[in-house]
Amino acid sequence: MTADATGSAIPPCTVDYTRRTEYHEDLDAIRAAHRVLQQVSYSPSLPVKGYNDRTLYVDLSALEIREKPVTRQMKDLFIGGRGFGLWHLWQAVTPATRWNDPENEIIISPGPVAGITQYPGSGKSLVVSISPQTDIPIDSNVGGYFGPLLKFSGFDALELQGKADQDVILFLDGQRGIIRVESAPLEPADSHVLGELLTRMYAEDDADRSNISVVCSGAAADHSLIGMLNFTWWDKRRGCVRFKQAGRGGIGTVFRDKRIRALVCRGPVIKADLNRPADFETLARTGIKLHQEIRTLDDSQCKMRRNGTAHIVEIMDAYDLLPTHNFQYGSHPDTPKIASYVWEARCSQMTSDGCWYGCSLGCAKGADGLVLRTGPYQGHMVTVDGPEYENAAGLGSNAGVFDPEWLLELNFYCDTYGICTITYGTLAAFVMECFQRGILNQERTGGLELAWGNAEADLELMHQMARGEGFGRIAGQGVKKMKELFIRNGWGDPKLIQDIGMECKGLEYSQYLSKESLAQQGGYALTNKGPQHDEAWVIFMDMVNKQLPTFEDKAEALYYYPLFRTWFGLMGFCKLPWNDIAPADNAKTSEPAKIPEHVQNYLDLFTATTGIPIDIETMLMQSARVYNFQRVFNLRMGKGLRANDIPPYRSVGPVTREEYESRTERYDKQMLEEIGVDPAGRSVDEKIAITRAFRMERYGKLCDAVYARRGWTPDGVPTMARLRELGLDVLPEVVAIVQAHGG
Amino acid sequence: MRQLKINLPACDGGRTCDHECEAACATRVFKLDGRQGAALHVQELADGQSAAIICDQCGDCVTVCPADALKRNKQGVVMIDKQLCVGCYICIGFCEKGAFERHPGWLEPYKCTACGICVKACPHAALEIVDVPAPVPHII
Repeated sequence: MTADATGSAIPPCTVDYTRRTEYHEDLDAIRAAHRVLQQVSYSPSLPVKGYNDRTLYVDLSALEIREKPVTRQMKDLFIGGRGFGLWHLWQAVTPATRWNDPENEIIISPGPVAGITQYPGSGKSLVVSISPQTDIPIDSNVGGYFGPLLKFSGFDALELQGKADQDVILFLDGQRGIIRVESAPLEPADSHVLGELLTRMYAEDDADRSNISVVCSGAAADHSLIGMLNFTWWDKRRGCVRFKQAGRGGIGTVFRDKRIRALVCRGPVIKADLNRPADFETLARTGIKLHQEIRTLDDSQCKMRRNGTAHIVEIMDAYDLLPTHNFQYGSHPDTPKIASYVWEARCSQMTSDGCWYGCSLGCAKGADGLVLRTGPYQGHMVTVDGPEYENAAGLGSNAGVFDPEWLLELNFYCDTYGICTITYGTLAAFVMECFQRGILNQERTGGLELAWGNAEADLELMHQMARGEGFGRIAGQGVKKMKELFIRNGWGDPKLIQDIGMECKGLEYSQYLSKESLAQQGGYALTNKGPQHDEAWVIFMDMVNKQLPTFEDKAEALYYYPLFRTWFGLMGFCKLPWNDIAPADNAKTSEPAKIPEHVQNYLDLFTATTGIPIDIETMLMQSARVYNFQRVFNLRMGKGLRANDIPPYRSVGPVTREEYESRTERYDKQMLEEIGVDPAGRSVDEKIAITRAFRMERYGKLCDAVYARRGWTPDGVPTMARLRELGLDVLPEVVAIVQAHGG
Repeated sequence: MRQLKINLPACDGGRTCDHECEAACATRVFKLDGRQGAALHVQELADGQSAAIICDQCGDCVTVCPADALKRNKQGVVMIDKQLCVGCYICIGFCEKGAFERHPGWLEPYKCTACGICVKACPHAALEIVDVPAPVPHII
């Protein structure tokens, strides 16, 4: 029995997970309206040791479809996944390219290990494009079946370039060897309808639905810059499609700008060895070992199988790290209403929730039987992912929404409308704080009372975004453009607006309160793509466990973890089975935060797949090539310098009197002990200014230390020596860009 | 449901027999040489007792299988559908009895089907097929 924080029993979920509103009655009419615009045949193949050695290129303007070879240099320098995506993108664009230029691409690449079924978290693909929010490359790591099915249909990556002149579907049939572009004039926009419909449309029989994956977005991607992509898989037990999201940076917006309604891949029937690894027995042995570990330890560690990533909601609150009211505060008395035990009881537990076969961690929990109360699907019964931590925090505490059913509805509409939950959460929180402080009012929001916790207004904002109307259309431009607009309109103190708008490089922050962790401030703002925790989640090591006391310690963490985590995106791995489960004796190792046994698992999995032996140093070098290449790519697009790594002050320290006063003891203590100034007798405003000067100087020193450790100049440019060390000096344009920036 | 049951006091763990149960299972059911390939295992313990690894058809593997490849048949025995199996081996890792098997070179795992061949082979009559109620599925 599930229990809450006081030990009281919470009844388990009794919802019938097979029931929901269905949407396929118009399937035949919708299919009949399709016209074949282009079709080619090809020879399906299976990878050898993780690679097919070819990618698929589609130009939607010219309706050109062709194969491209994967060269030895591509594999050596870029490995796969995010590396392949960045390399293709580099060749496709120029420094002048913006997100909605036809030459911009969307590249989906699963990586060499992706698609193995033995090890949890091995079905990921990486999506790369020039972001409408940041104007630099964005990369997003996504589950669902599309990446593995693409690979087992014969391609290591899919490149999409150009723009169609009408809404189209790209269908890749890996069983019959057909690639087809079809017009899609009658397709619905929203993912929970479209995914279901297309899965049934392209499957040849009921059993074939498992071999189909759809990539699609939703109505809000058409009218905003924060569109995301849903990647489906067929949930056999529920009898419906489920989704995982390539969320960050607006790739769904690029997708719709190209007039792509959906990508559909029909792959072969999945078997254990389709990746044709060099050493299957090692994959089997390593996978079984982790399955046993999860079976034995998950219940006493993170309970990922019960709660997914939402298991940390109350932990974050307890450590004053749960973003609340636009990152002003780190906890809230109502957090128990959205804590992990609430989700454990709300989600169906007697089923399988992995987003690719073999994931026994199964964090894609499903909240079934949700009856919607607003919007175009009001009254419909739907299944939505039991919220991930980021969604519980972003759509919940950060907006002051502590009602789990409203939170689920916000999550559902973000997903089906095709917008990023993290981005939406942070921008809605910004809007609400602007409303609180009079920067916005009902006149400026077109009547929306965007007060903390007003879920109905929050949802109406989202519905407006989907309809391309009203203030929702403005909000859908993201925090950076809202800040510019509000300042331009003279709606408030420009400095305050800049300070509280939680974006860096144009991307909204994900949901951790970094202001008391210097290392996490760098973990966010020193990222390549913008402040997303998938590069360096070091807040616990730094703030809670005090394992990073010096600048050098923090710099080392901000060297190692971004490289280590980049590696997941080269291979097609999920990060979660690395450290959301740990071996029983992990604490006895010399570096428990790194989970050494699991690192060894990954080295073994790479070698067992490709036949290429590697050690930890080689692993970090593989990542460092791609990581530094991405930094140079940023330079090429006009960013990538120290000036672009400056965070909004809200992520560094207290902006307002209320924030300071919520932690007076902490800030006064720091002033006395670390700054050397006696806070006694000083006004709150004075103390805020002193703290700010100290913290921003300290952040600058962190940049110095991190850049030095990464082999970059004080302006954040990779040095030529570092390029040579990584073997990137064989790329003349990379060298020229670095030299032009003093590297 | 049909279930293979062992009477451990009667089983001597191979002290005075040649593990006929395992040999029969491996060679006649799964066509594997040697008893290591069997879907049940008995052994003698140092204290004179015996121990066995036997599938009791608890059905935990049915709950965790992501491919819906494990189902009970009409007799309640958990059977694997090789057409649906994707070779993830969650069933092996999650079997608390350690009773799910895999053979090197085989993609699909295998398990006891309560066929009874081992029952007939046991020289001590320590094995029997019984009919017991299927346990209520639980959260894993």
